[in-house]
Amino acid sequence: MFSIEKILNSFHEWLSSMLNQNMVMLLEMALIAFFAITLFATLGLVLVYLERKVSAFIQIRKGPNRVGPFGIFQTTADTLKLIVKESFMPDSVDKFLYQLAPFIVMITAMLLLAPLPFARGVQIWNINIGVFYVTAVSSLSVIGILMAGWASNNKYSLLGAMRSGAQIVSYELSAGMAILSIIVLTGSLNLQDIIASQENGWWIFKGHIPAIVAFVIYIIAVTAETNRAPFDLAEAESELTGGFHTEYAGMRFALFFLAEYINIFIVCAIGATLFFGGWMPFHIGNWEAFNHVMDFIPSSIWFFGKTFFLIILIMWFRWTFPRLRVDQLLNLEWKYLLPISMLNLLVMTLIAIKGWHF
Amino acid sequence: MSFISNYIKEVYGAVSSLLIGMKRTGYYLTHNKEVITEEYPEFRAKMADRFRGEVVMTHDAQNEHACTGCSACELACPNGTIKILNKFDITPEGKKKKAIDSFVYHLELCTMCNLCIVACPTDAIKMSQNFEHSVYDRRLLTKQLNLPGSKLREGVE
Repeated sequence: MFSIEKILNSFHEWLSSMLNQNMVMLLEMALIAFFAITLFATLGLVLVYLERKVSAFIQIRKGPNRVGPFGIFQTTADTLKLIVKESFMPDSVDKFLYQLAPFIVMITAMLLLAPLPFARGVQIWNINIGVFYVTAVSSLSVIGILMAGWASNNKYSLLGAMRSGAQIVSYELSAGMAILSIIVLTGSLNLQDIIASQENGWWIFKGHIPAIVAFVIYIIAVTAETNRAPFDLAEAESELTGGFHTEYAGMRFALFFLAEYINIFIVCAIGATLFFGGWMPFHIGNWEAFNHVMDFIPSSIWFFGKTFFLIILIMWFRWTFPRLRVDQLLNLEWKYLLPISMLNLLVMTLIAIKGWHF
Repeated sequence: MSFISNYIKEVYGAVSSLLIGMKRTGYYLTHNKEVITEEYPEFRAKMADRFRGEVVMTHDAQNEHACTGCSACELACPNGTIKILNKFDITPEGKKKKAIDSFVYHLELCTMCNLCIVACPTDAIKMSQNFEHSVYDRRLLTKQLNLPGSKLREGVE
């Protein structure tokens, strides 16, 4: 059966047989860096294309359909355009911070890739505090956004960055609460343990209604954290002409744009891991035959399938709901999501203590 | 306790109204048959009858037009779009007769106001349906409307 884990293991043994241990480690690090960059570029292309197609279908249009069959090379052409475009810098910007900001946002997104389990036994860095690491590092991207807004020396950029700061800081709370309610059930912060605990069913099914509430809160909060519509106040084209990346052009702009899509992928991957079992195939309790049939589908396909399902869900939000005002945004978080998620966490703890979950 | 019931009602109302919207867009997402896009180069929209695309001069099968060179259109034009250059033909009787040498039309200056067509006493010019005016060089926008070798139709004064 097709398994990435076996391929990787045999590759590692092959390398070990030829080189000494340090060289193997260095080479594998370089390969992983190459893999991460490739994954980023591919994901950027695929997700932008997907977003354009989903938006087109929702608005009864056709979407990109000229460059290549069904327009699949449209985003490649756009990227080529952005690469050759002049990346000019306005005169009065803070030069160092202005140039640093897109890379901070990008590096944050790259760091988040480390603990993601892509398939059975395929993980860049298996740390025992994986979920904590993800929540901690993902909040760093706000620094990059604030930096971009401040360094641009533009009132629109600064307003957008400030909005983004308020938004990410407040929505992290309810996202964290939603994640916590799954941690309460599993009792581990290690992503591999969390997946292993879903061997006999995904938490969204096993955790009764509190798990579903936690999932809804999580998906709302991460939509806000990634600055996507209906929470895209940080960009708010109609008010702020692009928000924090107003003054950016060419490839620097493209890095912000790419980081947005990578962040969507990462939060959806975390959501899929916590609530839908990551690479774990669809198992129902003790139905051995059914579980065995499901195991025939490779685990990487399960992971990417679930992740893309959540991505399409978030895109569906974007093209359905209108943008919130700032006061509505903060009301939603502090008056609705946070109290509900606290209550939900309490109920979830009760379920976990009593062992009422399946 | 009315506060709590109101709170729950608000959450319920918000979620249900959002779900109604998502149901609608989800229907469109999965039923992308009724696409309303008109694909441009293959499908060109038929313009309205009175659409003003550009000024053209009508020629018949014998390559004859009805323009006497009276320059009424040139005078009517508010922004100097039309320049008429006249010449004098010698008729067989030895008389000089005025005729147009070239009817120069600057499309880049034209506002499609239709005043030249109204002013023309012989209906020699009209507005066409063509709307694809982009060219790579703006000199191409200066056009000569009378075809080469064309002449005034008999009987038009």
